[in-house]
Amino acid sequence: MEYYFGILQTLGFHVLLGYSAYILLLTGQLSLAQVGFFAIGAYASGILTVLFEWHIFPALFIGAIAAGCMAFMVGFPALRIKGLMLVIATIAFSEIVRLIFFNLRWRFEINGLEVGPDGAQGFREIRYFAANGWEIYEIVWLIWTMVAVATILLWWLDQIKAGAILRAIGSDELAAESSGINVTSVKIVAMACGGVIAGLSGGLYAHSTTYVDHNTFTVLLATFAVSYPLVGGLKSVFGTLAAVIFIQGILIEGLRFLGDYRTILFGALIILVMNFKPKGIVDENFVKGISEYLRLNKKLIK
Amino acid sequence: MTVLSIKNVSKRFGGVLAVDDLDLTVDKGEIVGLIGPNGSGKSTTINLICGVFPMDKGSIKLFDNDLKGLARYERSHLGIARTYQNIRLFGGLTVWQNVWIATRQNGIGSFAKKLGALFLRSQKSVEAVDELLDLFALQNKANIAAENLSFGEQRRLELARALASEPKLLLLDEPAAGMNSEEVQELRDRIFKVRDLGISVLLVEHVMELVMNVTDRINVLNFGKKIAEGKPNAIQGNALVQEAYFGS
Repeated sequence: MEYYFGILQTLGFHVLLGYSAYILLLTGQLSLAQVGFFAIGAYASGILTVLFEWHIFPALFIGAIAAGCMAFMVGFPALRIKGLMLVIATIAFSEIVRLIFFNLRWRFEINGLEVGPDGAQGFREIRYFAANGWEIYEIVWLIWTMVAVATILLWWLDQIKAGAILRAIGSDELAAESSGINVTSVKIVAMACGGVIAGLSGGLYAHSTTYVDHNTFTVLLATFAVSYPLVGGLKSVFGTLAAVIFIQGILIEGLRFLGDYRTILFGALIILVMNFKPKGIVDENFVKGISEYLRLNKKLIK
Repeated sequence: MTVLSIKNVSKRFGGVLAVDDLDLTVDKGEIVGLIGPNGSGKSTTINLICGVFPMDKGSIKLFDNDLKGLARYERSHLGIARTYQNIRLFGGLTVWQNVWIATRQNGIGSFAKKLGALFLRSQKSVEAVDELLDLFALQNKANIAAENLSFGEQRRLELARALASEPKLLLLDEPAAGMNSEEVQELRDRIFKVRDLGISVLLVEHVMELVMNVTDRINVLNFGKKIAEGKPNAIQGNALVQEAYFGS
């Protein structure tokens, strides 16, 4: 049972990370900075609960806001550039963040024990949940409540004008701007929202695993983050959710016996999807197919 | 009253002087044609008015507002709307959403009003969109993705979207390209309707059937320079214009 709860936790972080990339992809921006925001959220909220002995909720909140503020600031220079250049710039940002945490040493004694980030050794004492007697199912519940809230918000986004504006920018920036949309500021707001979600995910991750170090926040994780919405398709937020369950749940966890070969399968999957389903697995035809199937079943039941 | 006034505007692309010391005005309620052979600077002029790229010198004014240095979305808020030579719609969005996005509440007025427009469907904007879709005979396609429309419908949708921002000046970049005679007639009627709404129109067009029948006044460009200006029938008889089009 512990094992399955563990998988549910992992899925939760990855869904949120995928969502943070999804928002930006709606505006047509491919960003690998999400892992940097994830790291900021993880370290910031970890430091707050460990070194300053905060309660988990304000710590998660501040972690998410810190990541969002960083995203906002990164957004200004980064979103003036496009395409491949943006990809490279955001990789650079994530690496800068990773190396800062690689060198961050900030330890002092709390209750007779020296705790805090310890440079290359990582940040080992994020034991808020254990110290406060949280059961593992309560942690899973917390994570998936956050996922549910984020899913509902992103679904709602598609019902209102803000969502249509994001998609319009992704579809044709010039036409969007000539229609009176301030494209740059919309992109920066999208970046900040993505940063908040990634930071929240990072905070949850740090507290669930009790231990983070710079090795977690590599470009591979950033690639995962953008691959979920790309594989799942941008038609709907549920595509990202499905892609995480498929990639993390089946490909990475289910095929654990394959060891490192799974990364090759992941690569192959991306290539296959790009070639055969360029708009992602949950594209228009898929949605149409499902709704027709459901309608058919309803008729049969009647 | 002058809606658009362009004075001494020039634009150079590398070695090519695309627009050379151009003067042009559009008055209120007027439909002005801008014609000329391929590469004479017509589309460049429209792009300069919209701010797609900056001009090298001269000034462009909408009413009393100098457009110099304004971003494209600011020009849209001031009242400039346009269509494109190659149709540029938001393909994945529905027909209804395409028009809705451009409705004027978006980005106008107080901050709270702007914010509200992002989250709420105001009755006013819904009515405005429905009205425009009616005007362009797209009401029954409202929930179809724009990319699945036929060519003629896409052109109509682009016009509807342009009008959604309640412009003072509408720039049409070859709206009749690829249309048959019957469709050109329809387009002409629609342009008149637009004018009746109090919107001035600057029309770039190669299809003479449209230009000669719809415009009040025509400007002719050749190699970026204005070579003639006048009523349609005067332009038809102008020797310089004939030379530009057919050679001497």
